[in-house]
Amino acid sequence: MTARNSGEGRRSFTLRDQRGASVEAQGQVRDDAAGEVVPSGPPSGGREGKRAAGENLWGYLFLSPWFLGLFLLTLGPMLATLYFSFTDYPLLAGPEWTGLDNYKRMFFDDPRYLQSLKVTFIYVFLSVPLELVFALLVAMVLNRGLQALSLYRAIYYLPSLLGGSVAIAIMWRQVFGEDGLVNQFLALFGLDGPSWVSTPEYALYTLVLLKVWQFGSPMVIFLAGLRQIPQQYYDAAAVDGAGRVTRFFRITIPLLTPIIFFNVVFQLIRAFQAFTPAFIVSGGTGGPVDSTLFYTLYLYQEAFAHFRMGYAAAMAWVLVVIVAAFTAANFLMSRYWVYYED
Amino acid sequence: MTTTEGLKKIGRVQLDARRLLAHVALIAGVLVMIYPLLWMLASSLKPEDQIFTDLSLVPKEFVFSNYTEGWSAAGQSFATFFTNSLIVCVGAVAGNLIACSMAAYAFARLDFRFKRLWFALMLLTIMLPQHVTLIPQYAIFLSLDWVNTYLPLIVPKFLATDAFFIFLMVQFIRGLPGELDDAAKVDGCGPFGVYWRIILPLLVPALTTTAIFTFLWTYDDFFSRLIYLSDTALFTVPLGLRLFLDSTGESSWGPMFAMSVVSLLPTFAFFLLFQRWIVEGISTTGLKG
Repeated sequence: MTARNSGEGRRSFTLRDQRGASVEAQGQVRDDAAGEVVPSGPPSGGREGKRAAGENLWGYLFLSPWFLGLFLLTLGPMLATLYFSFTDYPLLAGPEWTGLDNYKRMFFDDPRYLQSLKVTFIYVFLSVPLELVFALLVAMVLNRGLQALSLYRAIYYLPSLLGGSVAIAIMWRQVFGEDGLVNQFLALFGLDGPSWVSTPEYALYTLVLLKVWQFGSPMVIFLAGLRQIPQQYYDAAAVDGAGRVTRFFRITIPLLTPIIFFNVVFQLIRAFQAFTPAFIVSGGTGGPVDSTLFYTLYLYQEAFAHFRMGYAAAMAWVLVVIVAAFTAANFLMSRYWVYYED
Repeated sequence: MTTTEGLKKIGRVQLDARRLLAHVALIAGVLVMIYPLLWMLASSLKPEDQIFTDLSLVPKEFVFSNYTEGWSAAGQSFATFFTNSLIVCVGAVAGNLIACSMAAYAFARLDFRFKRLWFALMLLTIMLPQHVTLIPQYAIFLSLDWVNTYLPLIVPKFLATDAFFIFLMVQFIRGLPGELDDAAKVDGCGPFGVYWRIILPLLVPALTTTAIFTFLWTYDDFFSRLIYLSDTALFTVPLGLRLFLDSTGESSWGPMFAMSVVSLLPTFAFFLLFQRWIVEGISTTGLKG
């Protein structure tokens, strides 16, 4: 994901440079070595010999908690998960080697798994673009120097902060329920709405809406980016006779591409792992008729309701591969559309 | 009146109209966004039979029975759930502050072998879905007899598993002038002295951001609690809410809403108190909200 060749390296740096620049806005000293992907240590030159001896030890000492975590809780378990994925592992009995059976079952013999893939893909590729378009749109409106900007920003942001909680999922379930808010509203116009959360055709889309409702956090990031675009660019373009639409597509969008890219990458990664809303809204089942069976929800059911740990392990690795593939694709494509002003 | 003045005037009127339009659109948006929250709040103050029949946001009669009834309706009192959440949150915040600042200091200021490799690995773990480590971690904690305790929720934080905060602090420390370190070294500070006397005090803004977000995420976290906690006496607030939902079913929405509102209060209070930190944390680092 963090690519090693120079071209990609430059990209990840600029992403951070943008963050670094905002740190400055916070009233801190600016990172003077923002150009480097790896933190700047002293140059490894002639004085290395003496310096390295003491600092080596101290460096590893300060990192020792992190190392423990890395090996015991991250790298070790990742490898163990890979091993379990080739076994039948009911948790209380030990794992038993079954080769590729889990993977075969997943793709050829388990309609629920394929359903969970389908549900997750629909969710991700509907909610992320919608959420980001909303975020950009509102950020654009907010960026015109209106009064009460920070009040608007705070209110629009609030759902993002609350949105991942169980309480909001419960609320959502009622808003789109049989006698919920939406149907009460529709009744004013003489319309009789169904129970949206328990109708297979609509249930997933209520969850998409819940995600879009939380557009506040990418909006705040967009807003910070918009404020860094120098006003002179717009003035110069206006002198040249560029209209609002032209200025938007020729100035705003190109200069915002690093932030759009950042938002796309991280929102995608998060959306693939969504769990709580589907779990609460469907009562843990992924229903009605598996229409909200998110990938992680199915993984949870297999692992902790049916104790098919081997199968769940295989699912976990496929999820990592999917997320990694989309992230890598994002980085690869970014060279064709992300513009860095150096 | 000359024509230019007239044009200017028209221009200003147009600009004002546009501003007005923007405000109208923004306020309409705010209403749509916030309406469900206000609806839940209003419903929690209405008698049961009016929740789904009365659309108005102002209850005809205020009742607080939903709150008193809901507080202990889940078998355990919500006081227990809040205490439990607080314990886990405090533990997680302490772990992240200590472990992440230590790791960040090493990455930002010390020179050691394979630093680039470790740093790259650290960045990769930020993006790693937690599910790929879930099952072996569960097996480890099960064999340590830690399941159904708070240890699986707190101990990993002391091992700096929330790599994002390491990254945040590395960025911050790199922005601090190195002359301070040098001066301290001249005065006889070792690497630990520099960390303790120079870096940590200057790192307070980044530590504050870390503490706020660790608290908010830990408070909201549902997935890992669902897996590791089964004794209702140990339940945190989200688990308590879900227990309530399961035990009462569709029957008592008044108390359900009341407890949902109560469970959102700590997050909301944090939002009011630390709004500046939260918004800045998000705009500068892309932290999820």
